Amino acid sequence: MNKQQNSMMEWIDKRFPLTITWKAHLSEYYAPKNFNFWYYFGSLALLVLVNQLLTGIFLTMSYKPDAGMAFASVEYIMRDVDFGWLIRYMHSTGASMFFVVVYLHMFRGMMYGSYRKPRELLWLIGMAIFFVLMSLAFTGYILPWGQMSYWGAQVIVSMFGAIPLIGDTLSNWILGDFMLSDAALNRFFAYHVVTLPVLIVVLVFVHIIALHETGSNNPDGIEIKVNKDPQTGIPVDGIPFHPYYTVKDIFGVVGFLIVFCGIIFFAPEMGGYFLEDNNFIPANPLHTPDHIAPVWYFTPYYSMLRAVTVNFLGVDAKLWGVILMAAAVVIFCFLPWLDRSPVKSIRYKGPYFKIALTLFVISFFVLGWLGTKSVTPLHTLLAQIFTTIYFAFFLLMPWYSKIDKVKPEPENVTK
Amino acid sequence: MRMIKILLLAVLLTPFVAHSSGQEVELDKAPIDRTDKESLKRGANSFVEYCLTCHGADFMRYNRHRDIGMSEDDIRTELIRTGQKTGDLMEAAMRKKEAEQWFGVAPPDLSVIARSRGADWLYTYLRTFYQDTSTYSGWNNLIFDKVAMPHVLHHLQGWQTLEPGTKNLALTKSGTMTKEEYDKFVADLVNYMVYLGEPHASYRKELGIIVLLFLFGMLGLTYLLKKEYWRDIH
Repeated sequence: MNKQQNSMMEWIDKRFPLTITWKAHLSEYYAPKNFNFWYYFGSLALLVLVNQLLTGIFLTMSYKPDAGMAFASVEYIMRDVDFGWLIRYMHSTGASMFFVVVYLHMFRGMMYGSYRKPRELLWLIGMAIFFVLMSLAFTGYILPWGQMSYWGAQVIVSMFGAIPLIGDTLSNWILGDFMLSDAALNRFFAYHVVTLPVLIVVLVFVHIIALHETGSNNPDGIEIKVNKDPQTGIPVDGIPFHPYYTVKDIFGVVGFLIVFCGIIFFAPEMGGYFLEDNNFIPANPLHTPDHIAPVWYFTPYYSMLRAVTVNFLGVDAKLWGVILMAAAVVIFCFLPWLDRSPVKSIRYKGPYFKIALTLFVISFFVLGWLGTKSVTPLHTLLAQIFTTIYFAFFLLMPWYSKIDKVKPEPENVTK
Repeated sequence: MRMIKILLLAVLLTPFVAHSSGQEVELDKAPIDRTDKESLKRGANSFVEYCLTCHGADFMRYNRHRDIGMSEDDIRTELIRTGQKTGDLMEAAMRKKEAEQWFGVAPPDLSVIARSRGADWLYTYLRTFYQDTSTYSGWNNLIFDKVAMPHVLHHLQGWQTLEPGTKNLALTKSGTMTKEEYDKFVADLVNYMVYLGEPHASYRKELGIIVLLFLFGMLGLTYLLKKEYWRDIH
């Protein structure tokens, strides 16, 4: 049996580098041994991606991308398709959980300095994945063709209209019509099920290749490749990804599934945050809802859009809002060059960074919460204050990270 | 670990940063029990009797009511009034065009109304109609100002008027039901509409318990597996 297997592997290896690939990326890919809780979210993001791809295929079989039939076809899936409700909730919950795990994955990178040299490109590829994910979420949320699908999309498309000179032409070009209609629904469906999934799968693949080139960072933020066993050439603090991290990630997957299934089976609307109440009303182009709020994962940026209330430097307040909102997302790309600290990990950084990161997290949550609320003078003021803190975290980083009082990094990873 | 605590704290503190603006009229809590099949059956009958004439439930098939313990025969005799088949969708008797002419707006489909409005809103709404000569239909509602729908249940509830300058309603002429009977009637109806919004919800929860039990078992096993493999790592 074993002999047969060996000759089988030989046959394959002469035609495809299976054993080499297996060794390079799993059994002899050395990862730091001190990964903690925060290191689950990369593999979990991959899990959610697979969930979205699989459930998405089944949804596509019964969904109708037609302004007259879309809403009814979603209810058809919920009622008449066997286990259609489960597939749909897996997909809708998966969309939100994708952002949960990706936000936590990014936060991990910010805590332990995973964006620092030599992982700048890895971070940028990750940011590209994040942009595609946002596009996927936007195009996907339109598909049920409820009131929030419609008016949420209307808000986002109107942002393109705020661009001077070409704005109106651009938004007409995006929509394929003078207003959000069947034409837009059809093309957003095409983006959502073909273009963007292909893009995200390719980018995730490239992200993993880049990761395996540099090797993972770790909670201590030191390079394990510096300290190798002189005889074997294996990093002293490294352990093979397989079996150590495969079994650990399986445990993480089950833990995640408990949360995921808890939501799917007991709170699929998540109190109106994952599936909004108003989206159970079919889209009506003639009736604007009193209160338009995007899904929770976009609310921090939505708050920033609404935070700008005055025209400034001859530019319209709305355009400033759009610029600010785009900047809030793009600014993450500059982190590798904004951080001037001599150490990577928060464990050895000083109080300035810890305070800054804490304030950043608080402002992210407050902005997110404000984005779900209607506009009042108090809300606008809060949005302005916390938008300022949000940007200060990035823009002041070259200064506070440099003068911060850091602790010495250890030679080897700690527990 | 400390970062997890800070993160949790941020999540918990978020709602306290500013006050949310409350609703003007407080909603009454709807006594909903999706497992009470008798209540759902009573609600289904009332729904067909009073709602389905003008409102459709276009995404719901009659034969789905087997979920709540009705046989095909029960469905045919109790729920179907206009000769449809049991596999048909619950469409309104009235045509949409005509309805629009009569009421100004087409009555909304009620299939998922409990999911957009919420049970408490429906329970309050159906109990807070009052007479108002300034509106087209002669009726108004405490939580839905200038509503186009007339109070079709007034012969059951009776006639209410608004005490000037307040949000209090007074019964001026009683209907065929007492207040308790009417509240229970509406409770059954709303219970049914909650079921109608998501017929699989009860099954979803039953299945969820099995899935979670399985996963907790798996969590223990995978933890032991991980611990066994990691024994030699320090």
